[in-house]
Amino acid sequence: MINFGYTINTDRQIDYDNNDRRIAAFLSEHEPTFRICISCGTCTATCSAGNFTYFNLREMIVMLKRGETRQLKEDVTKCMLCGKCQMACPRGVNTRNLILSIHRAIERFEQP
Amino acid sequence: MSFDFFVLPFFLGLLALLAMLGVRYGRWIKGMDAADKALIRDGIWSARSLGALKEVFMESLLHRKMFKRNILLGYMHMSFAFGWFMLILTGNIESRIYSKVHVNPPYYPIFLKFFVHDKRVMTFELTSVPGVFRFLMDLFLALILSGLVLAFIKRAYSNWFGLKRTTHHTLFDRMAITTLWLVFPLRLLAESFTAGQYLGGGFLTNHLGMFFARFLPVEHLSYPAWWAYSIALGIFFVTLPYSRFMHIPTEVLLIFLRHWGVKAKKEFNNVSEIEVYSCPRCGVCLDTCQVFAVKQNGTPPVYYLRSIRENKISEEVTYDCLLCGRCEAFCPVGIDNNLLRQSQRIKLMSQVDGSYGYLPAINGQAAEVAYFAGCMTHLTPQIWRAVVTLFDQAGVRYRFVDKDGTVCCGRPLMMAGNVTRARQLINHNKETIRNTACTTLVTSCPICYKIFREEYDFGIEVLHHSQYLLRLQQEDRLTLSHSGMTVVYHDPCELGRGSGVYDEPRQLLRQIATLTEGADSREEALCCGGSLGNTEISNTQRDEITVRTLNSLLVNHPEAIITACPLCKKTFAKQAEVPVMDIAEMLAGKKILRDTMFDVRFSKF
Repeated sequence: MINFGYTINTDRQIDYDNNDRRIAAFLSEHEPTFRICISCGTCTATCSAGNFTYFNLREMIVMLKRGETRQLKEDVTKCMLCGKCQMACPRGVNTRNLILSIHRAIERFEQP
Repeated sequence: MSFDFFVLPFFLGLLALLAMLGVRYGRWIKGMDAADKALIRDGIWSARSLGALKEVFMESLLHRKMFKRNILLGYMHMSFAFGWFMLILTGNIESRIYSKVHVNPPYYPIFLKFFVHDKRVMTFELTSVPGVFRFLMDLFLALILSGLVLAFIKRAYSNWFGLKRTTHHTLFDRMAITTLWLVFPLRLLAESFTAGQYLGGGFLTNHLGMFFARFLPVEHLSYPAWWAYSIALGIFFVTLPYSRFMHIPTEVLLIFLRHWGVKAKKEFNNVSEIEVYSCPRCGVCLDTCQVFAVKQNGTPPVYYLRSIRENKISEEVTYDCLLCGRCEAFCPVGIDNNLLRQSQRIKLMSQVDGSYGYLPAINGQAAEVAYFAGCMTHLTPQIWRAVVTLFDQAGVRYRFVDKDGTVCCGRPLMMAGNVTRARQLINHNKETIRNTACTTLVTSCPICYKIFREEYDFGIEVLHHSQYLLRLQQEDRLTLSHSGMTVVYHDPCELGRGSGVYDEPRQLLRQIATLTEGADSREEALCCGGSLGNTEISNTQRDEITVRTLNSLLVNHPEAIITACPLCKKTFAKQAEVPVMDIAEMLAGKKILRDTMFDVRFSKF
């Protein structure tokens, strides 16, 4: 492509019609505390994995709710399931089951 | 040869049972891997088989562990198992007296009183051999019947038997137990009617028979009673392999396998299946299960193993277990419940690789001791600060492996059933710890401690800090002074039942405080509720478990709760009325203690 010295940003609007919200629905059903997250970021601040790499549970939950799941599959396998986030969460989100449920949802909705 | 058509239900039932057992045993042993088969070959003719035989006698017949739990419960189980066994054994020997052939058909001793009417022997004549046998046969029958009476009482007053809750059995199991319960009263009736007709019974059957003969047409009743007895036995034998009573033959096999060194593995194998079939569904685990105490679901092994056996496991229940191991400590059969549950989790979990390329490679100078704090200890930094302070005081040359943030030990993933990813973390940590060239690895977290010992296999001595600090104190590198406080020690599941470390923390604590015990301690200690083993339980239910555990710990009114696990500490601190400290904090002295107490008071606002 010709480089004009500028680019067009990718569209940042959330397209609920085309986004994949199946995983979010699955999580709401199987780990209902998914819905009570207030995105405070305490989980991310205490995260063992987040100490070494970009791994952000807060962001992951927000993206899931929007149905933006492109990065999800790779991101979720960074978690070591240590459970610190769950001990720190002020809302009592069952984060470890959330992570396991994301794995289950990915497996279920993956195209063969 | 003695024969009557009424023996057929019993005889055919017995043949069906033996055929079924032969098929099951054969399949189990044939499907074992080569290593296990070699163990069986080596063990079968060794002295270990005698040890197994002794255990079969003590546990399967006399029910020693059940007696320890509760005398009535033990007596009830003993009377059925030992009584019936002796009835079969004595009956066989007795039948030799009257038999003229070398090999008797199997029904002959069972229905001996139908075929032989020995009128020479008086009821209480104990001077002749037939008289003694007749007495013994009635004695063992009376023993079983007394157990049967207890079994009926247990239906209504299970708390007399030390059971608050009892198992809810399937319809099929209830049918099977009904036939079992019918067997013995029917035997009593059949023998009594016959004795009423011909005399020749023991002290029980003869008197009962003469009593019946006064007002009943015993000569018409005895034959139908023998039929009924035979049918009850036959039905019981046919249902046995499909009911919970399959535990009777399976447990014997399991005891032998254990003595030969054949064990269930992480992945579900035939030994695991033998363990599943060995569960008698006695329900002892119901009262011990803390999850069941708050939500009455299918978590206790009695129900969970049934669901494995019926191939109907639910994912939710599989993950709704604290893996605290309390049921294992109480289980009279000694089934590896945690291992079995984890094997199901491994089946359910998708074993995808983790993206752990980001984990830091750590190299550094060699040290005497490598200190691995663990994730949870980083969440409760007072603990690692205390440990480090004590190390400095004792002049330990240590290397704090995960000072700049911890890499998980792999145990949480292992508990969740994701072996592949757990292995990735284990391999990474192994490398890191090997690089320190240490001879001793000290960790503050029992969760890490357990997996370091069980899965790392790197030839380095692994100690929990309570063990290492005790060693320092014994080598006079650490001086301790008595604080004057009264404390209670909480056994963390992974350290106590999980790894068998009960005494070291207590030895340390006795030197610095007056130690009391909670209502449940050591092998029977309760889980704090924070366990990483359970991913399904809600926080409210976790809190409920924590409150119950705190109540048990505080029965003797200690001034503080001391534990040896950062996760227990964090879980308790949320709700405890007294300060909760790690053993290292308590040892490190007053300053840290004051801070912690301040934390507790502060957290209430």
